Amino acid sequence: MTSNLKNVKPIFLKELRSYFNSAVAYVVIVVFLVIVGWFFTSDLFLMNIASLRMMFEIIPAVFLFVIPAITMRLLSEEKKSGTIELLTTKPLTDVEIIAGKFLAAWALVGIALLPTLLYYITIASLGNIDNGPVIGGYLGLLLMAGVYVAIGLFASSLTENQVVAFILGFVFVFALYMLDKILFYLPGWLASIVEFLGIDYHLSNIARGVIDTRDIIYFLSALLFSLYVSVLSLQRRNW
Amino acid sequence: MAITVSNLTKLYGEEKAIDDISFEVKSGEILGFLGPNGAGKTTTMKIITCYMPPSSGSVTVDNLNISDHSLAVRKKIGYLPELNPLYLDMNVVEYLDYAAHLHGMEKSRINHQLKEMIEVCGLHDVRHKDIGELSKGFRQRVGLAQAMIHDPDVLILDEPTSGLDPNQIIEIRNLIRHLGRAKTVILSTHILPEVQATCDRVVIINEGKIVADGTPNQLQQDFQGSELLTIELKASSSNPMEDLFPKIKSHHEVLSAEYQPIGNEMHRFTVKLNQGNDIREKIFRQAVAEGWVILEMHRRVTSLEEVFHKLTMTPADDDGEKSPSVN
Repeated sequence: MTSNLKNVKPIFLKELRSYFNSAVAYVVIVVFLVIVGWFFTSDLFLMNIASLRMMFEIIPAVFLFVIPAITMRLLSEEKKSGTIELLTTKPLTDVEIIAGKFLAAWALVGIALLPTLLYYITIASLGNIDNGPVIGGYLGLLLMAGVYVAIGLFASSLTENQVVAFILGFVFVFALYMLDKILFYLPGWLASIVEFLGIDYHLSNIARGVIDTRDIIYFLSALLFSLYVSVLSLQRRNW
Repeated sequence: MAITVSNLTKLYGEEKAIDDISFEVKSGEILGFLGPNGAGKTTTMKIITCYMPPSSGSVTVDNLNISDHSLAVRKKIGYLPELNPLYLDMNVVEYLDYAAHLHGMEKSRINHQLKEMIEVCGLHDVRHKDIGELSKGFRQRVGLAQAMIHDPDVLILDEPTSGLDPNQIIEIRNLIRHLGRAKTVILSTHILPEVQATCDRVVIINEGKIVADGTPNQLQQDFQGSELLTIELKASSSNPMEDLFPKIKSHHEVLSAEYQPIGNEMHRFTVKLNQGNDIREKIFRQAVAEGWVILEMHRRVTSLEEVFHKLTMTPADDDGEKSPSVN
């Protein structure tokens, strides 16, 4: 499994362009701004709290349905239209195909997060802000988005139906998100393991501004594992 | 850039899609891959293009084994898959540019090839249109242009003319002829005239097995065996069975003959001959000498169509013919 950045680039650019050529990119950006803006302003004006905490708490929930929507067509559409056959008979490795598509969707999430910096600037101009949690928060969100995108891509590789890909993707990321919220029902020895597997636990660690290698390793390994199974799933045609 | 397929077998579960097939395509040859739907044409092509591996057997392209040198082989191949899948939301230039980049071509070469393909495939007027807006004929040209954007030595075209109207079929065929001159081409089809019109050699495949391999003419000769000559004469004769029939039969080429009266002083003879024996001229001279008037004379040679039918007829087809048609 080798990959060459020169081969990843055209796929990355094509997918990113197609997000912006269709309405997908704009819808995602607007959804982010509107939902996050709602919670931000209601905090600011109704409760007189000038803080980004609410934003960092709400975005992971928005991710749950926005990211599977971004990733749902990446592979399922190629399978349905048969273009997967064109793509996989070009001199590219399956790793390069997966990497290009993953990076494009991840980049779109990154781009959609950019306008939320406006809220940061607003807060920062109103008073002193502790930059640690903000940097940690954004880093955590990006890593979390990476994991979700990889999972969504895997879901998309399982089916040629976009709706099924969306639902599967949602179920997978929702399960991962909920893991550390069901600890109450689990015996103690299992609870600590499940807590470690839950994504929100690691996000909240990072969002406190404490960048711990254990959390980084968690995100990266979840991300790489999902990409790896996506590659395997793409190679299913060989079996 | 020769292609060698040896002992290729592909299993889908228990079922053998292709069963131990071997053939060769010489450099520069246009090979027609002929067979009814479901015979294994597409499966074979998918294996040669490295889309999926065979269950057993091997394929080499230019002496490179496709499983060991998959990426190198893919660089040499231009592929038009069955049903010509395309990205409908891209415009023609974008799409060809994308395909070129996926082949890792250099910028300057891409520009040159892009212009060339748009020119050769007649896409100039639609180059900035979305592929989704194009007619089927144009889409097919886009598919061909995509397959040839990197100037491959080998072209693999899976039913390149399916779904086109007769004029478009002729256009695409000419295009393939034109573009395939310097390339090794495998094209699959279930339409016979296509093979006669475009291919140097034909491989007929049925139920996963090769049933014939040769030039279109060769196949025609091998499988025809005989030809029929029908002659209708006007001649006054009270007893044609004794007057006329023996005279017609007297030619040494004639294998057998039948007589049938068709009206007042009109007679029809159906003469079976060995293939390649044309006695029409002799009959004409004979008629002149005897004072007969020839009303009609025509010769029927087994067509490739019949060869194909003979080779690929399965018991299931026979049942199908007997079953009552719906409405």
